[in-house]
Amino acid sequence: MEALTRIAHASIRVAAELTPAEAKANAAAQMAGLAYGLAAIGPGIGIGMIFGKAIEAMARQPESAGMVRTTMFLGVAFTEALALIGFVAFILLKFA
Amino acid sequence: MKTDDPQYVSILSMNDQGPAPEAAIVRDIIKHGSIVAPILIGASAVFWGVNGAWSSAYGVALVLGNFAFAAWMVSYTARISYALMMGATLFGYIFRLAVIAAAVFFVRNQSWVELVPLCMTIVITHVGLLFWEMRYISLSLAFPGLKPKHVASPTVQDSTSN
Repeated sequence: MEALTRIAHASIRVAAELTPAEAKANAAAQMAGLAYGLAAIGPGIGIGMIFGKAIEAMARQPESAGMVRTTMFLGVAFTEALALIGFVAFILLKFA
Repeated sequence: MKTDDPQYVSILSMNDQGPAPEAAIVRDIIKHGSIVAPILIGASAVFWGVNGAWSSAYGVALVLGNFAFAAWMVSYTARISYALMMGATLFGYIFRLAVIAAAVFFVRNQSWVELVPLCMTIVITHVGLLFWEMRYISLSLAFPGLKPKHVASPTVQDSTSN
């Protein structure tokens, strides 16, 4: 707790020394990073659910494993596209 | 979990020794990607010049490499254990995202990189190739990966011959 307080005080001290433009750039960088992190959470949960259900289906019906794996692979790739869009938005906001 | 049921099979020991549908799908995606790549690179060259073309080519290579690595990982680990496949793919998701992020971060300041065509190419190629691939996917027990190229027409029996 004490360490957190010390970090917060240090951050406030650093923020107080920044010019408004630097503070704005600093906040934009933090928000862009936060947005990318949030964008990766949803697909992570989605991929976990897809794989969980696929494993369950393959365990119940091993003869349909090929079909399930095909669906699973495409589902994961589509879900991953969301994370890629979040990443691209982060890169464009931060660097472009 | 321990059980006395002789039919009980642990998910840790279950695996799939059959053909890997992911590998066939990704080979098809790469084939389609090599068709689309010149169009994307040409479009980027028109709007952003030579640097845009290089960036677009880099983006296409990243997306196809990402697909290939994902398919290889699923196919390889499924032969060992389903549980390993699940673990490898979930951690692989983070790993592949990190690799793509690093691949873009490391080149972002290079003279030949234009970030807008690079990022647009990554998203458009990834989503576009997946939607294109949906046309060739077969979800049946007989053909679990791609649709067969030539399906023999079913034999029609003449009912009057009997």
